[in-house]
Amino acid sequence: MKIAFTTSGTTLDAPMDPRFGRAQGFIVYDTENDTFEAVDNRQVLNSAHGAGIQATEAIVRQGAKCVVTGHCGPNAHRALTAAGIRIYSTEAPTVAEALEAYRAGALATLNAADVDGHWS
Amino acid sequence: MIISVASGKGGTGKTTVSVNLARTIGSGVQLLDCDVEEPNAHLFLRGRETGSEIVTIPIPEVDESLCDGCGECGRLCRYHAIVSFGSVPLVFPELCHGCGGCTLVCPRGAIRETGKRIGVVETRDANGISLIQGRLDIGVAMAPPLIRAVKTRLSREMTAILDAPPGTSCPVIATVRGSDFVVLVTEPTPFGLHDLRLAVDMIRELTIPFGVVVNRMGVGDDRVHRFCRGEEIPILLEIPDDRRIAEAYSRGELVVDTVTEYASHFATLLWNIREESQKYR
Repeated sequence: MKIAFTTSGTTLDAPMDPRFGRAQGFIVYDTENDTFEAVDNRQVLNSAHGAGIQATEAIVRQGAKCVVTGHCGPNAHRALTAAGIRIYSTEAPTVAEALEAYRAGALATLNAADVDGHWS
Repeated sequence: MIISVASGKGGTGKTTVSVNLARTIGSGVQLLDCDVEEPNAHLFLRGRETGSEIVTIPIPEVDESLCDGCGECGRLCRYHAIVSFGSVPLVFPELCHGCGGCTLVCPRGAIRETGKRIGVVETRDANGISLIQGRLDIGVAMAPPLIRAVKTRLSREMTAILDAPPGTSCPVIATVRGSDFVVLVTEPTPFGLHDLRLAVDMIRELTIPFGVVVNRMGVGDDRVHRFCRGEEIPILLEIPDDRRIAEAYSRGELVVDTVTEYASHFATLLWNIREESQKYR
């Protein structure tokens, strides 16, 4: 299964980005063969509106089934839910630590948006 | 004749110029407050409210029984206001610009349009001045459709003054487009000049004749004047940095009514606008 982590870097030791729609990018990690791919989200990051929706579209294109991020706004939450993507929240500092927490089953599911749109 | 009053910078005196210019024309004049996010011309032109109309924009509504989740609507919408993940699409009304494209592209005819309220257009009769102002609802980000609704009330038989929002983006373009003349209000400061340059570029792009009013003369420096001279832009009026103007403004009064010398200043402005616009005929 593919998991998307929001991050400002391109490697597993890169810091997590607490934003979802306006994350710098994603690391899409495939748990079946332990490989990952970095996806640039900067074009979405700079759009005036609808960042959460566009980021969801990008994640759907990557084939990810869940997202690990810091926070999630209302439009992003609606879009991710409609796309059948599970949303996990973490305060882990790096992608590797967030992945570890995911594997340990230690991540909380975000059942509702926990921030307003344009929160950061 | 349609005269728009715009500026790059906010707070330079667009409303002051607009309302005093309308009063100078006197009767048979329309004043359209197109600064729909914060309309304020009514504070200076009190009078009887004659109407209030709700303005809506069309947004898509999906008939789930007809939709097969093909996603054509989402691929068309560049604002991501409608998206489909292989199922019935989601609609995000606050992102919709009301273009209707999704209804046209849907192969199953599953999308129809429904009205979403964005604000009101209020009309007021203020001693011969017909004030028409848009008031955008709180939380709505889409000003241009409401500005266009305000402008549908334009009467070609009267002179109309359009009080534009500040800046140089879509709401300003929506306001000034179709005007016969644009008055750019600025102040003689580095900030005033910086934003005036942007506004001049915008108006030149729209190829509308324009001139400049320099407000608060006496503060700042002469760089706005040097710029206008270099660019051959006419200065239509200089308004001094006069405490009496601020006092009249603070009481919601028109300076042409309270300080007699300003009646002639604004008459000169009106004369200069007509002279300058003649040159382009």
